Amino acid sequence: MLTFMASDSEDDACNERTSLMSAESPVPRSCPDGRQGPEDAEDAAQRGSRDPGEDQEEDPDRYVCSGVPGRLPGLEEELTLKYGAKHVIMLFVPVTLCMVVVVATIKSVRFYTEKSGQLIYTPFTEDTPSVGQRLLNSVLNTLIMLSVIVVMTIFLVVLYKYRCYKFIHGWLIMSSLMLLFLFTYIYLGEVLKTYNVAMDYPTLLLVVWNFGAVGMVCVHWKGPLVLQQAYLIMVSALMALVFIKYLPEWSAWVILGAISVYDLMAVLCPKGPLRMLVETAQERNEPIFPALIYSSAMVWTVGMAKLDPSSQGALQLPYDPEMEEDSCDSLGEPSYPEVLAPPLPGSPGEELEEEEERGVKLGLGDFIFYSVLVGKAAATGSGDWNTTLACFVAILIGLCLTLLLLAVFKKALPALPISIAFGLIFYFSTDNLVRPFMDTLASHQLHI
Amino acid sequence: MTAAVFFGCAFIAFGPALALYVFTIATDPLRIIFLIVGAFFWLISLLVSSLVWFVARTVTGNRDGPIEKYLLIFGVLISVLIQEIFRFAYYKLLKKANEGLKTINPDEPGPSMRLLAYVSGLGFGIMSGVFSFVNILSDSLGPGTVGIHGDSPYFFLYSAFMTLVIILLHVFWGIVFFDGCEKKNWHPLLAVILTHLLVSALTFLNPQYEISLVLAYMIMPLMGTWAFFVAGGSRRSLKRYLLCQDKDFLLYSQRSR
Repeated sequence: MLTFMASDSEDDACNERTSLMSAESPVPRSCPDGRQGPEDAEDAAQRGSRDPGEDQEEDPDRYVCSGVPGRLPGLEEELTLKYGAKHVIMLFVPVTLCMVVVVATIKSVRFYTEKSGQLIYTPFTEDTPSVGQRLLNSVLNTLIMLSVIVVMTIFLVVLYKYRCYKFIHGWLIMSSLMLLFLFTYIYLGEVLKTYNVAMDYPTLLLVVWNFGAVGMVCVHWKGPLVLQQAYLIMVSALMALVFIKYLPEWSAWVILGAISVYDLMAVLCPKGPLRMLVETAQERNEPIFPALIYSSAMVWTVGMAKLDPSSQGALQLPYDPEMEEDSCDSLGEPSYPEVLAPPLPGSPGEELEEEEERGVKLGLGDFIFYSVLVGKAAATGSGDWNTTLACFVAILIGLCLTLLLLAVFKKALPALPISIAFGLIFYFSTDNLVRPFMDTLASHQLHI
Repeated sequence: MTAAVFFGCAFIAFGPALALYVFTIATDPLRIIFLIVGAFFWLISLLVSSLVWFVARTVTGNRDGPIEKYLLIFGVLISVLIQEIFRFAYYKLLKKANEGLKTINPDEPGPSMRLLAYVSGLGFGIMSGVFSFVNILSDSLGPGTVGIHGDSPYFFLYSAFMTLVIILLHVFWGIVFFDGCEKKNWHPLLAVILTHLLVSALTFLNPQYEISLVLAYMIMPLMGTWAFFVAGGSRRSLKRYLLCQDKDFLLYSQRSR
């Protein structure tokens, strides 16, 4: 296991991804009043930052989000609420998909629930006879993991401060290469083994090569938004599965709790690394690297003819050129897409107006840790589906509340704490209280 | 105990709920959110009632025998009461949320209380059905023989039908309950609580499935018609709908095309 744990960056990169932000519109151009709405509504930037490296992604977004001038507060609030429910659902769907993939894999493929070694970040074993020793070991594991994450975050802040963009870019590409090729190969191998399907190496090579190459292109360069989103979901699921397999039981729960607390501190405290990154990006007036951020943004340009009000311009396909996300690190491309608007053919004096509607962005780390929680619930719940479902609903409700807070506070907020807190509470209470109750009811065939 | 049993029971239990979800809830994001919050409230009510039962069991010393059965009956009745309390709590929350939405967005009409009653009922029902049936469903995929020790071989079918009737009943109870709360009329609330207690108490007679299932299925259309009339339906509107003479509905469905 040392081989693929050797690359810190990949691991770290995949560790952090807790940014939740609503997409921002770029500097608004002169548009009629009505147009300003959607952009204002997206203004609130919410970001959970976690771990090293990923901060970059978050910062740019956060910066972008808070920097839009000239908003009308009333209109903004109304549009925030109007768009609020739609954005919540735009996040519910990918989070649900990721969790479904993880739970389906955990329940069917034995490989991910077998114990076979631990990461080097969690060196202490949990095979000790006494409870106290086990607890101590898991706390120590958590401390080591968290300190690695903090160190990497600070490292990335430093890199960003000294403008080592190429280094960061290279790091991100390496990590996503590993995820898209190596982990996919392992995953495919295990799935084929579970269902006893034979596949020859040339076919395998073709499949994995195509999958990985298209993934790299979609995530780092340009590609259809849906494909990009699908790849990010798959990559998050793969990473979550790795964590579920290699984190020992108690350490996983303590790490989840600790990461949420760290997320909260790093995003909200004045001296938090993520906050520092944002400030640096703001000072430089630079766009932030989106990096590992899932974006549900739809960007289109609408051209309107001044002379001819009836022709509503060319509505171009939703296209997200710069929303590249790295599966592991935040190597940023400018967070808002450049407007790709070829000039409309037609009458002179046409005024080209651009309207961009941004979706919501959620860091990949959030996906990963939500899926780790639900996957662990599915793996250890003694075959019980109630625990898994309870955690699932709890996480969705936490996400909903976080988005509500985002709409209220309109600043970067961490996406992990509320969801993970609810998830943990519901996991332990459902496993210990509800499960015996429901089992006893079912054995007597009683219905409540 | 094959895929046929699994899919058959799954669709019996969750088919109507899925259809209701797809046709009425999935189109509007706000309704999906209210559905999930409703499911969450039911989950909390289950948590509280499990806690009460657990505490009661620990206090009486975890003994086996008849006291276990009495504790379970106590747990079921308390659970029903707590579910209805949380339904009321959800009503209060929705009322506040609706008022909040109205003050912020005066021109856009938010969802009406009747719609929220339906959505919350469906949320409660889906969560309740899922929690009681999913474990049984997953067992039905594996190997085994139903009732090999002399129990009824119709266990899966019974559970599926019972789950279905409870989901539908929750929808109707939600509508009637919220309407009672809106009109400050306490009789519908009492009726809902009593019918819920009755349906749960009938399951104490299991494994005599006939009584509990048939009675539950007799209560369900009664509640259904009550909910229909409470929600504003009438014999005339039903006739108009069935004979395709409902102009509003036809215009509406044409517009959406």
